Amino acid sequence: MAFLEIKGVHKEFGAFQVLRGVNLDVIEHQVVCLIGPSGCGKSTLLRCINGLEKIQGGEIRLEDDRVSGPGIDGDKLRQNVGIVFQSFNLFPHMSVIENVTLAPTKVLKMSRVEAEAKAMVLLKRIGLEAKAREYPDRLSGGQQQRVAIVRALAMEPKLMLLDEITSALDPELVSEVLNIVRDLAKQGMTMLLATHEMGFAKEVASKVCFLYEGVVHEEGPPAQIFGDPKEERTRAFLKRIIEAGRL
Amino acid sequence: MTDFPAPSQHLPRRSDGFSVAAMLFAGLCVLAAFGTTRLMRGALTGLGVYASAWEIVFGLTIAGSGTLFWPALRSLVVTAKARAARARNDIVELRIETAAAKDHAFITFGWGAFALCIFGFISFVLTNDAAVGKTFFLLPLIQAKWWLVTKQFLLNNLFIFVATEILVLVWGLMVALARLIPGKAGRPIRALAIIYCDVFRGIPAIVTLYLIGFGIPTSGLSDLIVPHIVGLFIDLSAMSVAEVRAVTRIPVSWWCVLALTLTYGAYVAEVYRAGIESIHWSQVSAARSLGLSYIQTMRYVIVPQAVRRIMAPLLNDFIGLQKDTALVQVVGVVDAFNQSRIIAANAFNLSAVTIVAILFVLITIPQARFVDKLTERDNARMRAGG
Repeated sequence: MAFLEIKGVHKEFGAFQVLRGVNLDVIEHQVVCLIGPSGCGKSTLLRCINGLEKIQGGEIRLEDDRVSGPGIDGDKLRQNVGIVFQSFNLFPHMSVIENVTLAPTKVLKMSRVEAEAKAMVLLKRIGLEAKAREYPDRLSGGQQQRVAIVRALAMEPKLMLLDEITSALDPELVSEVLNIVRDLAKQGMTMLLATHEMGFAKEVASKVCFLYEGVVHEEGPPAQIFGDPKEERTRAFLKRIIEAGRL
Repeated sequence: MTDFPAPSQHLPRRSDGFSVAAMLFAGLCVLAAFGTTRLMRGALTGLGVYASAWEIVFGLTIAGSGTLFWPALRSLVVTAKARAARARNDIVELRIETAAAKDHAFITFGWGAFALCIFGFISFVLTNDAAVGKTFFLLPLIQAKWWLVTKQFLLNNLFIFVATEILVLVWGLMVALARLIPGKAGRPIRALAIIYCDVFRGIPAIVTLYLIGFGIPTSGLSDLIVPHIVGLFIDLSAMSVAEVRAVTRIPVSWWCVLALTLTYGAYVAEVYRAGIESIHWSQVSAARSLGLSYIQTMRYVIVPQAVRRIMAPLLNDFIGLQKDTALVQVVGVVDAFNQSRIIAANAFNLSAVTIVAILFVLITIPQARFVDKLTERDNARMRAGG
């Protein structure tokens, strides 16, 4: 039994079918990378896993417990499944420390003192403890994204979903964010990430899935996917990536 | 002139006209100052309050308007320099001097217009041997009655709008949230909120005041309910009918608070809604994905951001509300306006009403500055590079 099982998941927006039967397993402490062209459903799949979007068919199981469909407690699910977005989405009216401690104090009912102490430990780890009282708009994109990761980590999730978290960053800021993800992978955090950073996927992924037209078209260890892709579509996609100088 | 190097910009137009016009305008303003001071001298003599000390004021007024010649003169001087630059083919210098000449001329125009408006107002007040002034600004009447009017303003207008504003802030938010409630089960709640807003934004405030202020007490609805509530705290059974009425009667101004809350609640709900909808949905995603419930998301993430954005339109509605407290006289509340009309009718003079106008302006200004300050503070704190 895998940690996260996605079985035949369908998702449509009106007449447009985004996911047409996605099957995907994530084993605990694994890092799984989703690659694929824009609009292939990577972000939608991630949003379905933490219940931000409802699915129309199939099922999603986390630790063998069904977490999709009617009757599930979405708020409880999202406490266990953290997500980080491409556009950071920090709360602009709150300082960094308030961003990080909001959910622990309001959802987990942790005391402010305890939550702030834990938040400072996390902020120290990413080297931003000096920015704790700053507001997000005063931080660089890379710093904002690092805070967004810490904000999700403060809920101590079992699974982290990272949705193209470096796509909105200037190139020189990408590494500071990826370093954190690398550290998380080393610590054994289970992660599912949608990414265009192929080099990074090659390095950290236990498994790479190529998503195409709403299904997992091909999956395998990174060496195989990037070195010897079996499917025509995968080859074509990777060729374009190489031509763009991104691999 | 044609032997300039091919310019990448147009040659500036000559500023001579501006400079001359500035001189003429300054002259006109000084003439207006003379005229106004003559009018003042006549009016003050007529009122029997003329003293030679006033001549100092008149002298200063004329001298003050004479300072308008200073920028006009500078404009002329700089225009002369521009003409020289044009003769030298110095195109850069020409642009700089022409721009400076226009700036000086416009300083004359701007301050001159300001001075003319003031002279115009003074002349208006003093025309016809200060008859206009006496109608609106009869000082003895103002001195005698200002406290009476101000007292009614504080007791009624101020009480009504402060109480209403507090209620509207809460009620408007409740209606806005009801209108935005998600899901299929929320549909009837949304419908109720929409109907409420449509109805109470549609009815003129004065009509709502009339209907509620007279209607509810007349219909006996309050007599049906209030004695039971008061009865929980006070033993009414031993009291006479008159005594019971004395302790259970709800003052009319409270009904005014209710009516204005219903009217302005509908406006403010729409302002809140616009504010909430202006917050990008990704903020909801971010909050929900941390495990916050819908209500927590609204409470901690969306509404605080929305409120910061709607401060200015909210103040607009509040100022509208404050002014509408002058309507409560239709149900017989003796507010500042009603009081001033009584005085005006007795004295056959509008100066008491002027007091009301001044009072309303005076309470508005500090609020506007307060909201400016709040917005500024938020911007300095939250925005980059502040």
